[in-house]
Amino acid sequence: MDSERRLNFVCECSLPSEASLRVSLFITCYNDTLFPETGKAVVRVLERLGHTVEFPAGQTCCGQMHWNTGYQAEAMPLLSRFVDQFREAEAVVAPSSSCVAMMRDHYPKMAASLEDARLIAEIDELLPKVFEFSEFLTKRLGLEDVGAYYPHRVTYHASCHGLRNLGLGDGPVRLLKAVRGIDLVELPGLEQCCGFGGTFAVKNADVSGAMLADKMAAVLETKAEACTACDNSCLMHIQGALHRQKTGVRTVHLAEILAGDEEVAR
Amino acid sequence: MGGLVSGVGLDPKTAPTFPVAAKMALGDTQLRKNVRHATDVIQAKRARVVAEMPDWQALREAGKQIRQHTMENLDFYLEEFEANCARAGGVVHWARDAEEARRIVVELVKASGSDEVIKIKSMTTEEIQLNSALEAAGIHAYETDLAELILQLGEDRPSHIVVPALHKNRHEIREIFRREMNLPELGDQPHDLADAARMFLREKFLRVKTGVSGANFLIAETGGVCIVESEGNGRMCLTLPETLITVAGIDKVIPRFQDLEVLLQLLPRSATGERMNPYNSVWTGVDAADGASLGDGPRAFHVVLMDNARTEILADEEARQTLHCIRCAACQNACPVYRQTGGHAYGSVYAGPIGAILTPQLQEMHHAQSLPYASSLCGACYEVCPVKINIPEVLIHLRNKVVKQNTAGVAGLFDVEAGAMKAMAMIFRSERRFRAAQRLGRVAESPIAGSDGWIRWLPGMLGGWTQVRDLQEMPKETFRDWWERRGRNGD
Repeated sequence: MDSERRLNFVCECSLPSEASLRVSLFITCYNDTLFPETGKAVVRVLERLGHTVEFPAGQTCCGQMHWNTGYQAEAMPLLSRFVDQFREAEAVVAPSSSCVAMMRDHYPKMAASLEDARLIAEIDELLPKVFEFSEFLTKRLGLEDVGAYYPHRVTYHASCHGLRNLGLGDGPVRLLKAVRGIDLVELPGLEQCCGFGGTFAVKNADVSGAMLADKMAAVLETKAEACTACDNSCLMHIQGALHRQKTGVRTVHLAEILAGDEEVAR
Repeated sequence: MGGLVSGVGLDPKTAPTFPVAAKMALGDTQLRKNVRHATDVIQAKRARVVAEMPDWQALREAGKQIRQHTMENLDFYLEEFEANCARAGGVVHWARDAEEARRIVVELVKASGSDEVIKIKSMTTEEIQLNSALEAAGIHAYETDLAELILQLGEDRPSHIVVPALHKNRHEIREIFRREMNLPELGDQPHDLADAARMFLREKFLRVKTGVSGANFLIAETGGVCIVESEGNGRMCLTLPETLITVAGIDKVIPRFQDLEVLLQLLPRSATGERMNPYNSVWTGVDAADGASLGDGPRAFHVVLMDNARTEILADEEARQTLHCIRCAACQNACPVYRQTGGHAYGSVYAGPIGAILTPQLQEMHHAQSLPYASSLCGACYEVCPVKINIPEVLIHLRNKVVKQNTAGVAGLFDVEAGAMKAMAMIFRSERRFRAAQRLGRVAESPIAGSDGWIRWLPGMLGGWTQVRDLQEMPKETFRDWWERRGRNGD
């Protein structure tokens, strides 16, 4: 799509959007390493909407794995690292609701425990600018239709952190409903955890596997070709079983669906 | 049901770790079916009666405020309760731990001149394993709550706070009653079972002179004790015996009678999905048989206020909210982990999310250290908690305590998980090291990845993943490498 066509397209499909934003992408450590396609998709969607994407090179991890497993001391240095990398950002976008939940729910407490007045103030100022990807689109930009095309049968899994900690509500579903060509089918037991839970999946592998069996049954019941979510962590877990069982159903991050357009489909 | 998952002797000090016990429970098809069915039914009922309350969120907040205020002033309200209970003719005893509480109750029962007691369902007496202590002293305890009776006759232990025999279905219950009550012709319809229990218990209510209860709330303002229940057995135990002994944790106190307005709306709707409990009893001291009164109810009334590690919990600011719990068990019904395993896997009378935070703390973190990890941190428990206990937050806090314990001293140097976590933390503190680790990861996994790019086996702790899941091999290019290449190429 050339730039003129893209501009026209964006003007047609987006809701009242403000001037171009400078968006700092926090890719998160596991997306960077394991799911680069999701990052590319986020860049594609944001640029298609006319925004500029930046990638602070010194970023690594939000500290969630350490914090949630009980290694609080190890998570602490990652707090000031995050602030150093994103201090100047106009908006920070991360394609992972659990990482955003980690920051929103725990960073203020962490900063307070370090008794560092400057860090506390910086966290206070920075956090309202941090968004999960779908949240950025629906709440910050006020969009539902981002001009995507994805001609497949898809079911949406609401990850727990997106659902309960971030309160994403039906935001991701509204984005999906606006996708051209999509056959969106509701997942039974939408609010049930898939059983991933970070280190829970290995520490309590049997229970995690039992929860996963329920989730997989629900996904298969929808007869979808793909299961999507705002978190590749849940999807990696669900996909692991879908692949082991040779179900032929795949998982795909929401950003990759929204990045789909006629050009990609071709 | 196999002996392996029997709850007999649930004791956090000797119970297997959660992953081990859970694995056994997961193999019990009947147990899982029963637990799933029961929690589905209660959850649906709860959802219905909560949805009809326009002010539910405000009620939750009020409940939280009442509990928080109480805990912040617990010493004051406990003394107020003691003074008012004594004024009404009750006798208050203080027990530092389970041992002391058991000893006090045994002595009080002996002093009452009885070698039998009738009991109302009480998790606190389960917590201190009171029945075994009574038996050892030659005193027989009769559980009078239907579910507790089933457990007692079946030599089983509770698997849920509110419906402790939820892991049994009526066919299994019929077998227990047939055998223990000598009723070979007994049917398996609910009314058959209820009739059998009623006949069995009625005789005990009329004969036994001493009753033992727990408490839902201790009212500081009046010195009264409140119990809610569904079967009327509680009302029998509170009114028929000559001596009544109530055992309660010090966390059960509330400041004012008026606080029940909030708590008795939150509790039944969260616990059993009822708008109100069928029986709500509040008793205050004894009725002085001075001719002016009816001389009704127990002649002697004792309250045993038990600490048993609760002041330790109170001292921990981040975990203190654990004591706000009003034992509704909504978190158990909502928990996807509990719904898979049932309660016995937790190795404690307090199972599910609240058990995962309460049990290790009652053990002062010396036992049950696997319980804070028995959660995917999905937050369903916090969402339904009527007094807004942020259980995931407390779970994480307790995980930190466990890690600190396990990594202290020389032994910590050899802890595989801690070593890996520390190495990862060091990697994340530097972009250069992070990139090196990404490259190294690709090299390290290449021998175990299949030709189709999928890993079907992982070593050590990570093997839990590949039990039931495959893992896709790392892509050839990380996002940040792509981003840099894209910048260089200017596209």
